[in-house]
Order: sequence, then structure tokens, then C-alpha cells
Amino acid sequence: MTVGATLETSPERISYLRAGYTLWSWLTTTDHKRIAVLYLYSITAFFFVGGIAAALIRLDLATPGGDLLSNEGYNRAFTLHGVVMVWFFLIPSIPATFGNFLIPLMIGAQDLAFPRINLASWYLYVLAGMFTLYAVVIGGVDTGWTFYTPLSTLFANGYVVSALLAVIVVGFSSIFTGLNFIVTVHKLRCPGMTWSRLPLFVWSLYATAIILVLATPVLTMLLILVCVERVFGIGIFNPDLGGDPLLYQHLFWFYSHPAVYIMVLPAFGVLSELVTAAARKRIFGYWFIAYSSVAIAVIGFLVWGHHMFVAGESMYASAVFSFLSIAVAVPSGIKVYNWIATLYKGSISLDPAFLFAMGFIGLFVIGGLTGLMLAMIAVDVHVHDTYFVVAHFHYIMVGGAVTAFFGALHFWWPKITGRMYNITWGRITAALIFLGFNLTFFPQFILGYLGMPRRYHVYPPEFQVLHVLSSAGASILAVGYLLPFIYLLYSLRHGQPAGPNPWGATGLEWTVPSPPPKQNFAEMPIVTRPPYDYPIRDPMSRE
Amino acid sequence: MSDQPAVHSPYLEAAQQREADFLGMYIFLATEIMLFGGFLAAVYVVRVLHPQEASETAQQLNLWLGSFNTAVLLTSSLSMALAVQLSREAKRRAVVIRLCLTMALGLAFLTIKGVEYYQEYREGLMPFSGGLNPLSKPGEQLFFNFYLVGTSLHALHLMIGIALVSVLAWRVARSETPLPRRAVTVELVGLYWHLIDVVWVFIYPIFYLAR
Amino acid sequence: MTAHTRIFVLVWIALMVLLGLTLTASFLPLGAFKPVANIGIGFAKAVLIFWFFMHLREVSGLVRLAAVAGVLSIVLMIALISSDYLTRL
Repeated sequence: MTVGATLETSPERISYLRAGYTLWSWLTTTDHKRIAVLYLYSITAFFFVGGIAAALIRLDLATPGGDLLSNEGYNRAFTLHGVVMVWFFLIPSIPATFGNFLIPLMIGAQDLAFPRINLASWYLYVLAGMFTLYAVVIGGVDTGWTFYTPLSTLFANGYVVSALLAVIVVGFSSIFTGLNFIVTVHKLRCPGMTWSRLPLFVWSLYATAIILVLATPVLTMLLILVCVERVFGIGIFNPDLGGDPLLYQHLFWFYSHPAVYIMVLPAFGVLSELVTAAARKRIFGYWFIAYSSVAIAVIGFLVWGHHMFVAGESMYASAVFSFLSIAVAVPSGIKVYNWIATLYKGSISLDPAFLFAMGFIGLFVIGGLTGLMLAMIAVDVHVHDTYFVVAHFHYIMVGGAVTAFFGALHFWWPKITGRMYNITWGRITAALIFLGFNLTFFPQFILGYLGMPRRYHVYPPEFQVLHVLSSAGASILAVGYLLPFIYLLYSLRHGQPAGPNPWGATGLEWTVPSPPPKQNFAEMPIVTRPPYDYPIRDPMSRE
Repeated sequence: MSDQPAVHSPYLEAAQQREADFLGMYIFLATEIMLFGGFLAAVYVVRVLHPQEASETAQQLNLWLGSFNTAVLLTSSLSMALAVQLSREAKRRAVVIRLCLTMALGLAFLTIKGVEYYQEYREGLMPFSGGLNPLSKPGEQLFFNFYLVGTSLHALHLMIGIALVSVLAWRVARSETPLPRRAVTVELVGLYWHLIDVVWVFIYPIFYLAR
Repeated sequence: MTAHTRIFVLVWIALMVLLGLTLTASFLPLGAFKPVANIGIGFAKAVLIFWFFMHLREVSGLVRLAAVAGVLSIVLMIALISSDYLTRL
């Protein structure tokens, strides 16, 4: 694609990292690139917190008796793991770091639509995070990240209200991010950047933003109601006082099911970028991928009842939700076919980012297929609340979303930092993560099928072998996640300076220097070519 | 001094910036709709589960004060809409007057609401009033508690609205918000105010008219 | 009175009329239709406020879409929740 400016080398165009060294300049920045980096630091810190909770869980589960943690302690550990990983790592991960950094660059804009709201969203995130840590330190919460009533309203002995307030605040952070993205994509595209030329990463973040904006407020309201019930005892979810516990689950999953699409749609967007860059080939079925993102966002709002098949939901509602849940798998399947078709007869280079993308496809397909199994009521009745469900969602969220996050990290690291890391270590990490992940979570499918319940740390001894395999896998996975800290941080000091386009990829972000100057574009870009305009188009055509 | 607002990065044109502001505000209003919509869905469920009790409770609410309050709020929307229109025409003094009228009507609404709450307290309807509560069945008290949560949340939003309108009136009066250059500020505050009105337009029949 | 003012006052009168209507309806023996009628009148009022007071008639289709997206989501939410609560045996 033609860009209306030549590559920048003049010294006035200082990189965004150098435009002000003080802490104050960072804490009061409205530059989307700096805010993205602030988020990167914060979510990494919370990834550690959630990871430590996971380590405790897997250590405890290596033996059948609950001998590492007390029952209460175990409950608090998995609650901490869920709350931190869902709201403080996964939901902001790709949108708030890569979305913030890349969307203006990809569409040819100087910043997001509302830069100060962007900064506000980070501060709200940090505030909520601090409050969550406070709730953990003073004693923790034992309700599970799902805060089901009546446990959370009547019986839980932890700091439930504190935790809920933290989640309410981080919800506002999400809403601000989503609002910003929608307005940015509508109003700030550069000349020639029509919807048909948008990178698919932007399309998927746009769909994510719609979910962020529409689903999160319902959670906010629900958590307010839970706080009110817990403090004033008014019985909204208490049958003795006329309430219904299932009402909680309806409202909770109305948000939380779309929330899992908030976590996975950005990963889909990353995949489209990684696959095209690795294969040096135009994406197969651009509009199918673009519209399927929107379809997932829409249909994703209509499937929440599949979490309540055995909770007392009426048979007819269950049937409707089951049907819709099967339907929502279709657009995801379409994407996977299109990525594979893109790779077909491409000129593939085995860069780390590509290896992560391959890992994603394999793991996401397993997660997705098991999700389809769970959508069938007849299957779900047997495996609900077992490790089968745990394995399913970890395949999607960790095998899928976290892998894609690491793929994005390895792809755009040179752009964000201006340094190239050691490629071999990147490849080793990708392999370790793939192996460690499968060893951790595949045994859990079997455990669940055999009847191991979730959220239990005491189990029959015959399950121990599978649990030990899983914990061993977790240790390998941990090494895989820790390695990038070493070689990526090392690259900041000793890595080769990266040029504007080390991977030879298409996209406006690769036309500016690495790292980009504070003002993204010296001249407004003008776009005239299609997206993913690689030399290889259709191998069958004569182009 | 130009009539057009200053264009700040990352925008290039005033029209683009204005459209972005409007779109952003409407998306924010959509989140408010989802917030109260979630609440109304919960109330709907309680009504489906306990239709008789909901009707009993609704009859305990003060229908006349509630209806009058609805009229007050609708009128405040009128004065707000007029203020917005006049801000586009740069009629500063007229704008301030109508903003103050909006604020006054909002305060009147809150006062009447306070009177209603006090009445309900005196009648022993409140959850912690002590003494004999006419709402003896569980579903009845629950519906009443929903009424309290809903109207309190609405009142909280209304207080924020009143604060916004009063700050705006102050700034317009002192020309710190110059018109018509910054008329968009008045418009955006107006949008928030009207949404509070729309929320009440649904809260009112769902509770008061459930009889 | 300018044209705009006149329109706004007319809208206000319409809103008052609808308020009176809904209040009256609450005294009539409409049975199961009553909540439908009241919510329907509520929607009518909301449409008037959105279209005239909130300038929806002046803005682009995109902004109008943003205005209805929330309402549509809530309608779908209540519809699907009803599929549970109205079919419980």
C-alpha cells in the first residue's frame, strides 16, 4: 500500500519512549503507546499474582489429601486465580496493550479518540487491582470468581464486598477502553482506510469493544445488587425472602459469557495478523473473518444459559440456549478454516510468532470442540462442574488467548521497543509452552470424564496419577512463561536495533520507525492498496 | 473569537471531533441503559415470580407524588432541551436561566422523592423501620426493596446530573464556556440529563403502576 | 416563539398526555395487558425524548444505532430470561 510519507529519520521525530524520561511524564501521558506500555507492566504483574495462585493450586492437587492448603485456603486460592486472571489479566491483555498501541497506527491516526479517557481507564485498572490485592491480603474471598449466590450473599466469610467493588471499578476501565476503540475506528481512519482495508486485528477489536460496552454494565449492576444484599440482607437472591438464586446466574452469565469472547476475539485478530505475515500471503476470506467477528459478538450475547443447564433452568430455555451455543461455534470454525487456507501454499517462515499462532490453532480447536460437547445438554449433565469444563476453558483461554498474547508479544516487540530478541529462544519458548500446556490440561479432560469435581482439593487416590501429570505439566508451562522475561528484557539492552519492518509484514504500523515517534505519522498516510497486499496472492491465479 | 470549537489532536476537523464527541456520549448512554436495563430485568423476574405481591406493594407507593414527580422531571427535560437550543444560538443569559430552571426542577424531584421515602418510613414500609410492616409476605418486601434500590440509584444519577448542570450554568454565566463555540458541552450534559429522564420514564410504570 | 421552541413544547405536551394516559390505564381492569400497555407508553415517551430532545433526528445513522443498541440488548436479555422463567413447570 502506498503511504503518503517517506520513512522518518530526522532527529526531531524522537521515539515515544524518549519523549520525556520522568515518571511524571509517564503517569500523566495521553500517548496511546505509553498507556499501552503502562498496561503491559500492570497486566504482567497480575499475571504473576494469578500464576502464583495457580502454582499453589497445582501443588496442592499433586496429592489426594488437602495437605498444602486448608479447605478455606484452597477456596481462596482458586478464587484469587480466577478473579485476577479473568479481570486483571485476560480481559485487558490484548485490547489494552496491543489494541491501545496498534489501533491508531493501523488506521493511520495520531492517537485514540479520547486520549484522556484512555489514561483514566488505566488508573481505574490500577485502583481496582490495588483494591483486589488489599482484599486478598486482609483475608481473601472463597466464593470462586463466579461469586454464586447464596454463598456469596449469605454464607461466605471473606471480604466479598471489597472484591466486588474492585471488579466494579475494573469494569469501568473496560468500558472506557471499549468506548474509545469504537469511536476511534469510526472517526479516525485516515483517507483511503475504508472498512474493507482495515486490518482484521482492528475488526476483531471493534467487535470486542462492542461487547465491552454492552455487557460490562450488566455485571456492574449485578455486583451492586449483591453488595446491597450482603450489606442490607434484602434477599434478592434468597428464596426465603422471595428471591431466586438462578436470577444471579442469569445476570452473571449474561455478562460473563460475552466476557469470554472479550478474551478470545482479540486473540483471533492477532492470529489473522500473524498468519498472513508468516505465510507472506493475503488472508483467505477477508470478509468471512471480518463478519464472523461481529457474528461472534452478537450471537455470544445469546448463549449464556448453557452455564445453567443443571442449575434449575427450564428445559425449554436450555434447549434454546443449547441450539444457540452450537450456532456460535460456526463463525469460530470459519476463522480456523480461513487461517489454514491462508497458510496453504504460502511461503512460511518459522518465526516464534508463527509458532505461537500454530499452537493457538491446535489448542483452540480442541477447546472449541470440547465446548461443542458441553453445549450438548446430554453431555453437560454428566461433566458439568467437573474438570472437563476446567480443561475446556483453559484450552481456550490459556491455550488460545494467552498463546495469542505471547504470539503478539513476539511479533510486535520490535515495533514497541525497537529491539529484536533472540529468535531461537523464542522458538524454544513456543515449543515449551505448547508441550507444557498439553501436559497440564489434557489429563484434566480425562479427570473430568472420570468424575473429578472442580474446586475440590481432596480427591480419591486413583485420580492422583493424572493430577501429578497435570502438575508436572504446569511446572513446564511455568518455565515457558518465565523464559520470555529473560530474553525479552535482555533484548532491551543488548538486542539488535530493529528496523521499521523486521518481518516484512504489511500494515501501516510497519511503515513507521521502531519504536514509533511520539507523533505517529509525520504526514497523514493515504491508503490505496488492499490489506495484506503481499506478493503472493492466490497461488492458482495469474496475478 | 471564532464560533467554531478548537480542534485538538488527534482530530483534524471540527466536524470530525464533534461527531466523535456525540458518538462517544451516546455509547456512554448505552452503557447506562445496560446498567438500568440489567436492573429492570431483575425486577421483571421478581414480578413474574410474585405478580400478586408486586401489585400489593405497588399499591403502597404514593402514586400521586410519583406521578407528579414524573411530570416534574419531564418538564426539566423541556427546560434542558431549550437550554441546549439556545446555547447553539449563543443566547448566554437565556441559557443560564433555563439551566437553573432544570436544576431547580431536579432538586424539586429529589425533594419530593425524599418526602416519599419519609412517608414510607413513617408507614413502616422500610426494611429497618421496626414495628409492624404492612408488607408481610417475602415477595412484597422484596419488590419494595427493589423499588428502593432502583429509585436510589436513579436519584444518585440525578444528583450527578444536577451537579453537572450547576457547574455548567456557572461556567456559561462567567463565559468560561463560551457560546456557541463550546455549545457541544451543553449538548452533551443535556444528553445525560435526558437519559436520566428516560430511565425514570421506565422506573415509574414498573413500580408505581404495577398495581 | 421560535420553531424549535414550539416543537419542544409540543413534545412536552405529548409527554404529559402520555403520562395522563398511563396513569389512567393503571386504574382500568386490563389484566395481563396492563404492564404491556404501560411499558408501551413508556417506550413512546422514550422515543419522543430521544428523537426530539436528544437530537436523534439530526444525527447520523451510526449515532442512532448506538442509541438503540443498548435497548435492543436489554430486549433480547429479557426475552431469553423469559424463556426460562415463563416455562418453568
